[in-house]
Amino acid sequence: MLRSGVIAKKLGMTRLFMEDGRQIPVTVLHLDKLQVVAQRTPETDGYTAVQLGAGTAKVKRVSAPMRGHYAKASVEPKRKLVEFRVDAENLLPVGEEIIADHYFEGQFVDVTGTSIGKGFAGAMKRHNFGGLRASHGVSISHRSHGSTGQCQDPGRVFKGKKMAGHMGAARVTTQNLQVVRTDSDRGLIMVKGAVPGSKGGWVTIKDAVKKPFPENAILPAALKSAAEEAKRLADEAAAQAAAEEAAAAKAAAEAEQAALEAAEAEAATEAPAEDAEKKDGEA
Amino acid sequence: MNLIAQIEAEQIAALGKTIPDFKAGDTIRVGFKVTEGTRTRVQNYEGVCISRKNGSGIAGSFTVRKISFGEGVERVFPLHSTNIESIEVVRRGKVRRAKLYYLRARRGKSARISEDTTYKPQAGANA
Repeated sequence: MLRSGVIAKKLGMTRLFMEDGRQIPVTVLHLDKLQVVAQRTPETDGYTAVQLGAGTAKVKRVSAPMRGHYAKASVEPKRKLVEFRVDAENLLPVGEEIIADHYFEGQFVDVTGTSIGKGFAGAMKRHNFGGLRASHGVSISHRSHGSTGQCQDPGRVFKGKKMAGHMGAARVTTQNLQVVRTDSDRGLIMVKGAVPGSKGGWVTIKDAVKKPFPENAILPAALKSAAEEAKRLADEAAAQAAAEEAAAAKAAAEAEQAALEAAEAEAATEAPAEDAEKKDGEA
Repeated sequence: MNLIAQIEAEQIAALGKTIPDFKAGDTIRVGFKVTEGTRTRVQNYEGVCISRKNGSGIAGSFTVRKISFGEGVERVFPLHSTNIESIEVVRRGKVRRAKLYYLRARRGKSARISEDTTYKPQAGANA
């Protein structure tokens, strides 16, 4: 049951205090106008996927071909576009908006992002090497990586040898993060622990691949239109219930009124009789 | 106010705790919930606040030091922890540092803190 993931913006980290005294470090991820921009179908592309877009881009900074692409989907230009492979039955209509209810509390997700760049880093920082000794004749090279291999045989450094080099700014996936809370009004998903990248960076969230697919996950996706439809139906049902109640109350009131009137009429018929009696007494 | 600050402010409001105005040097009594098996009770921990960290936001915390059976004990409490039942200020201390880590090296007479008799509650503070 492969369903679409979501694109989110990392807002930063905070903590949540639970009723039982626990405090949970959470990363707040924001779904910003997340819409389906295009579909990939077997007929045209040979595979099934949805292309999602998030954020808002200034129209003047969007290239003409991309403007055409967005116009075709009749969505506003997006800041970030990502494709998610989905099963054919989980394809989403173009233009639909995905809301934060897509994930439920307690669910495990994988979050992919671009890690913070560290520049050219030494072997100690990059690969957790131990470095050389502080004394005993070591000079200048306390943080060096040391030997990189053997001698004349093999006479070369093996490929893949861990050495100093560029670190960070790479695609990183953190697996099995638990969703602690979701807020569909503001489009927030809070996951326990850290996710790759800096504040304001884009990340993608998917159902955890190393956990069984959750049974109560919303298929094909938690769509805004579906949520609105459900809300409308609920409102209608509530309105109908209220109307019925009002009608019942009105009927009850009418019955009461009728009873009162009847009682009054009865009293009115009795009153002249009393008067007549009085008159009789006087006479 | 950015969204993170907003979430934190909302959480502080939702927790609805009354935190007295205290600083390093004050002697405070913290009512801390302890769970023993199935029942919970409140344990009082009284000592000198030797540091406050990260302000009064959701990440704020404070350290309380006391001498227990001749041994110095320090506990760090998150300011907004749901395990904290109450915080009371027992005595206002007069100190010239924000962090009183020098008390760790002191014992007895030299570890005393003189009382601040001129303490005035800040405007808008609730204690």
